[in-house]
Amino acid sequence: MASIRLAVPDTAQRGETVEIKALIQHDMESGFRRGSRGEAIPRDIIVRFECRYDGAVVFAADFHPAVAANPILTFHLRATKSGPIDFEWTDQHGTQWQDQAVLEVI
Amino acid sequence: MTMDRSSRLNRRQLLAGAGGAILISTTPLSAWAAQADMDRARLDLFGDRPVQEGRVTVKLPPIAENGHSVALSVSVESPMSAENYVKRIAILSPRNPLATIAVFHLTPHSGMAEVSTRIRMSGTQRIVAIAEMNDGSLWSGGMETLVTLAACVLQ
Repeated sequence: MASIRLAVPDTAQRGETVEIKALIQHDMESGFRRGSRGEAIPRDIIVRFECRYDGAVVFAADFHPAVAANPILTFHLRATKSGPIDFEWTDQHGTQWQDQAVLEVI
Repeated sequence: MTMDRSSRLNRRQLLAGAGGAILISTTPLSAWAAQADMDRARLDLFGDRPVQEGRVTVKLPPIAENGHSVALSVSVESPMSAENYVKRIAILSPRNPLATIAVFHLTPHSGMAEVSTRIRMSGTQRIVAIAEMNDGSLWSGGMETLVTLAACVLQ
C-alpha cells in the first residue's frame, strides 16, 4: 500500500495561484537494475498522475523510469471555487491510488 | 600463513574489481541514449515543428552527488490565460538509458507554468525541457549538471 502525502493550502483568495505538492511512496523500479545474482529486476513504475479540480483535469504528468523513487510533484493551481481537489496515480499494471484535499475559496 | 592467504584474496578481489571496471568501460555506448535518441523522443512528442531557444528555464543543482535523485524545476514564461498558455512540458535527457524523463500537461487552470520533481541521471549531462504552447509553438531551455554518482550504471 502506497502512502500519499499532500500539501494543499486550506484556503485561498479567488483567482489566487496556489502551490500544490503531491508525493506517493513508490520504488519506481526502473528496469535497468540487476539483483545480487545478476538477474534483471523487472520494471515497475507509476506511469500517470492526474489532478482534478472544478470538474476538469487541471494538471497531469507522464512518468518514465527516470523519475526518482517516491515521486514528488510541485505544481500550481488557480483557485476558482471551493471544492475537492482529487489526486490519482496509476501504475503500469493499471493499479490506482487516490487521495483528496479540500480547498476553500474566500 | 593466514597473512599470505588474506593478501592473495585481496589480490584476487583487486583483479576482479579491475575486470569489472574494464567491463563497465567497454559496455557499448548504445546502452545509453544519445543526442539521436533525444531527437527521436522530440519527434515522437511534438513532430518536426521548429523549436526555439528561450522562455524555458530549467533549474538543477550544478553538482549532483547522487544521480538517483536530483531536484529538477522547470518554469516557462507564460501568462497562463485561456488564450495563451503552456500545454505540455517534456523533460529530456541526452544520456539516460531512455531519453524521455517526464511529460507534464498543463492547463490555463494551472495559473503558473512551474513544475518541480526529482529525477534520475546516469551521468553528467545537459537536461533539456521543451514546452509546447497552446498555439503550437515550441520553446526550449536546459541546464548542465555534473553527476558524481550516476544512477543505472552503479547499483
